[in-house]
Amino acid sequence: MRYAETGYNLEIDLTRGSYDRVESDVVDTELYLGGLGTNAKIMWDRVPPETEPFSEDNLLIFSAGLLCGTPATGCNRTIITTLSPQTELMCFSMMGGFLAPEIKYAGYDKIILSGKSKDLVYIWINNDKVEIRDASHLKGKGAIETSKIICEELNEPKAQVAAIGAAGENRVYFASIEQGRSSASRGGIGAVMGDKGVKAIVVRGTKDINLAEPDRYFDLCYEVMDYIRFRNENPIPNVMPILAGLGSPQEMKVHDEKWHTENFMWGNSRVRRRDFWNEEIAKDWEETMNSMQRRLISCYNCPMTCGATIQPPGMDTYMMKCFSKLTYTMAAFSDLEFGLGIAQAATEHGVDGFSAPQVMAFALELLEAGILKPEDFPGLPEENEGRFYYLLDMIVNRKGIGNILANGTYWAAKEIGNGAEEYAHNNIKKIEQLPLKLGMMNPVYFLMYSTGEKMNITQIEGQFPQAPFATVEEREAFVKDWIQVPDDKFKDYLMKWEFRGEFSNPYYPTIDMCCEIVDWMEMMHYIDDALGMCAGLSSFPLKPPYHIHNYPKFIEAGSGIPMDEEKLTKAVKRYRTLVRANNIRRGMRRADEKPPENHWKKRFPEYEAELLSAYYKFKGWNDDGIPTEESLRDLGLGYVADEFLAKGILKAGADAPQESASE
Amino acid sequence: MAKKTKTVKSIKVNADLCNGCRACEMACSAFHSEPKYSSNNPARSRISVIRRPLEDIYVPVYAGEYTPAECLGRNSYILDGKEYKECEFCRASCPSRGDFKEPDSGLPLKCDMCESIPALDEPLCVKWCMVGALEYEEREVEVDEEEEQPKVSEMELGLEHLVDKFGLHKVAESVARLTKKED
Repeated sequence: MRYAETGYNLEIDLTRGSYDRVESDVVDTELYLGGLGTNAKIMWDRVPPETEPFSEDNLLIFSAGLLCGTPATGCNRTIITTLSPQTELMCFSMMGGFLAPEIKYAGYDKIILSGKSKDLVYIWINNDKVEIRDASHLKGKGAIETSKIICEELNEPKAQVAAIGAAGENRVYFASIEQGRSSASRGGIGAVMGDKGVKAIVVRGTKDINLAEPDRYFDLCYEVMDYIRFRNENPIPNVMPILAGLGSPQEMKVHDEKWHTENFMWGNSRVRRRDFWNEEIAKDWEETMNSMQRRLISCYNCPMTCGATIQPPGMDTYMMKCFSKLTYTMAAFSDLEFGLGIAQAATEHGVDGFSAPQVMAFALELLEAGILKPEDFPGLPEENEGRFYYLLDMIVNRKGIGNILANGTYWAAKEIGNGAEEYAHNNIKKIEQLPLKLGMMNPVYFLMYSTGEKMNITQIEGQFPQAPFATVEEREAFVKDWIQVPDDKFKDYLMKWEFRGEFSNPYYPTIDMCCEIVDWMEMMHYIDDALGMCAGLSSFPLKPPYHIHNYPKFIEAGSGIPMDEEKLTKAVKRYRTLVRANNIRRGMRRADEKPPENHWKKRFPEYEAELLSAYYKFKGWNDDGIPTEESLRDLGLGYVADEFLAKGILKAGADAPQESASE
Repeated sequence: MAKKTKTVKSIKVNADLCNGCRACEMACSAFHSEPKYSSNNPARSRISVIRRPLEDIYVPVYAGEYTPAECLGRNSYILDGKEYKECEFCRASCPSRGDFKEPDSGLPLKCDMCESIPALDEPLCVKWCMVGALEYEEREVEVDEEEEQPKVSEMELGLEHLVDKFGLHKVAESVARLTKKED
């Protein structure tokens, strides 16, 4: 018997219209855990490097994490893996909600889509029964609307639905997959779903998920629940409110937006408005939020209430969380009422809440600069907010200029030419980033931005404070119950960190310390993505209830696989390296690993190069960011080493730096 | 008439606080799994959260008595402008719907307040509801001794359902056959 996992994947071949329930290898679980880890293995084994994102050979994997469906609080994430049309690399966007546990209860760990359907279909998975059904009546329908219609026509109110809107159907490069209160948005995975002709995946499961050591597992759960209560009652002092508590950033509860509105950039990530926030705006925005918000809500088996149901006047209710609260508002230099309204339309269409507003602001900047012409925007409203609704419609339906903009700022700028590239200035690896432009280069963030393969800073940062504490007393208070550190040396690093002088950015934390800090932060995210744990209770907030010391116990008591910190650390390193191997095989190199040029005003090119080389070495990669033969074999990834050697990506016996392919 | 005291156990449901996370369903099914806590499956739960987020409807409902026949008439309710569907609040395991039945056998489920030895401090759904939507209360009341009904055991409840489904004769025959096998 398999514990925590079901031991089966559901394979669906859309070209042939067939499906199969396939037993997975328990050895793979031990080596790669599950979720992202085993997804990366499947991508390596089955998707050859020359595969195009929009091809029958690309896979779209919906994976529950290893511990989804077990009683672990907050373990509900679906990890979706495919080749991204935007980055042309392997991407893995995640979402919370209710889908992953339902997939488990239906008897599967993963749903793997291959091939393409000629006609628009939806897939109805009711335990062992799988139907590929006609979805022509859902064409062009909103993602949330689609969920509602399907649940009604199947008469299955408890089924969970993941659907795309018009953006996904039209293969918009930043289309999302929406699932009620959650969405998997980054990398254009919704476009791949649309390309495969799948409007929605609908799941209902009524089977058991078993635990290897039930009593021990429940005790671990109770420890976590007690710690959540403790943290809710004891927010971390001396940090901004958004970083003080647990959960996905509590944007639905926190009304004070001084920090975001004055520190993040407006428009096409251009303008900082340092004196924006005042009492009048505070009052106005709080009233707006209170008038539209109906209830704070949670994902499956989680008390954190990070999301909310929002009903803008005259529009349907939708669900929102986190920073998409402000991305449209700030891109359009508008107010919260506009932002919450257009987000409703954007959610139904199914677009990424970071990329979509930036693409629209980018288009208007190009118009202002004369690079795009008024005739490119027939019927463009005079009024600012109206222009954003207009552009959203053009993009999701790929009408006129929208057909180019739908490919994101990087590809659109390339196609438009005439200097447009300068305006696609906020990308890493071709994908739009948070609108942040800062002063002094931060070495920890430099490494995270450069080497992150989840393409979003929020998906790698977390465990180490973003800034030093002002006084020694504050630092002591912070480190005294910092149980989450893998090693006490991290406490020393923090104790010495200052705002100014010798022990401040960019030269402190030192290069060695930066490597360890970034490696730790990244490791926690990768564990979450294999187990299906929400980053909001683990890798993202300071002092979370899940950490490197209790995770091995959860895995062992849940799945029955013997686990300790060392073995877990090595497993994470293994599948993290395999994610990189997938991308190296597709051509990613050192030259691709850099933050936007204007991310910081004060840059240190030579020191940054030194940092990056040191981090690569620390990770077991060569100076071009390619995992070395030695480190691959040490991790049991000899099959990767063999392919790299055969293809000349690595040279035999020489773990010396290679010529960069993309420089 | 002789009086005696009995303990009434109740769970106060504050639907306004429900966040729709269904931890209660998970915990309930784990507690009632065999061996205890060894598995979970919300479809086997004796509490069900009616959850329709877009209509702002969140109501945890507990499984009550099994009924062999559905009601003659039905009600729907509109409260605070929200429409609750027919039977939505009803606790019965009833032929009209799939709720509160074992997914494999179709046998009825009923909340037993997690009675067990040793006793829990509170039913497990309450323990797992960290947003405070479920609150456990006990109170002593005086009742007439004769009016006290003997408790219908879970097994009898199941048998009753089988009798309704297949008829007493067939069930008796099966029991007799099983008895023979045991011998």
